[in-house]
Amino acid sequence: MALDQSFVGRSYPPTDPYEVGREKIREFAEAVGDANPAYTDPDAAKALGYPDVIAPPTFVFSITFRAAQQVVQDPQLGLDYSRVVHGDQKFAYRRPVRAGDRLTVTSTIEGIKSLAGNDILDVRGEVHDEAGEHVVTAWTKLVARAAEEA
Amino acid sequence: MTAKISYDDVEVGTELPARTFGVTRATLVQYAGASGDFNPIHWNEKFATEVGLPDVIAHGMFTMAEAIRVVTDWTGDPGAVVEYGVRFTKPVVVPNDDQGATIEVTAKVGAKLDDNTVRVDLTAMSAGQKVLGMSRAVVRLA
Repeated sequence: MALDQSFVGRSYPPTDPYEVGREKIREFAEAVGDANPAYTDPDAAKALGYPDVIAPPTFVFSITFRAAQQVVQDPQLGLDYSRVVHGDQKFAYRRPVRAGDRLTVTSTIEGIKSLAGNDILDVRGEVHDEAGEHVVTAWTKLVARAAEEA
Repeated sequence: MTAKISYDDVEVGTELPARTFGVTRATLVQYAGASGDFNPIHWNEKFATEVGLPDVIAHGMFTMAEAIRVVTDWTGDPGAVVEYGVRFTKPVVVPNDDQGATIEVTAKVGAKLDDNTVRVDLTAMSAGQKVLGMSRAVVRLA
């Protein structure tokens, strides 16, 4: 069933703040095998001009994707999440995410398309810090594959 | 921000050092925990094959995280990445053995842009297939 086009442009309330911790960044950097000291050593991060360790570029996806669950699981939208695959992902950074950040995400449905029976949903997540400054924007394209004929 | 590569030293076509990244089932379990993405297609073979996949597949975001390392290792400053986008074109299939799979990433400068930034075009291959498409990063150089 095609998704309701009238949801395009709909924004969801900002999430509660996610507090970025040094050890969570370390855990993520280790999981992707990245030994860049800017992720684990505050002095190395300071040498690059940052107040604390910074997160790898894709770290923020964990936060924006959690926020996007508001959209994905909106019963009024009716997306079949069991059939969803990740199509595209893009980030635009104002500055790197860093330890100590308290980040909120505002998710907006940017587009809904139906292509060959697949539902294609574009969600934009605007990430702001505690001071209200923009940190990064994440665009996520989700594709709900057409159900097979029974 | 102090990237170690100077804008004036690169040209369109400049190649970044290529990298090959290994990924085993253990890697995927670790990434699931660190990222919070516990979708069973990334660790449960029975589930993966039941939903029509050839085997367990890597998280697309894991592949995306590996590919940008070619850029962040090159500049030295991961905070110099201004934009980064990919399309997930094929899954990275990870067999249940000691070898796992490999992701081969190559990259070159595709364009020189304003404000000391360059566009880097990335290619990621696994088992002879392109696993990321439209894979581009914009990065600020010194």
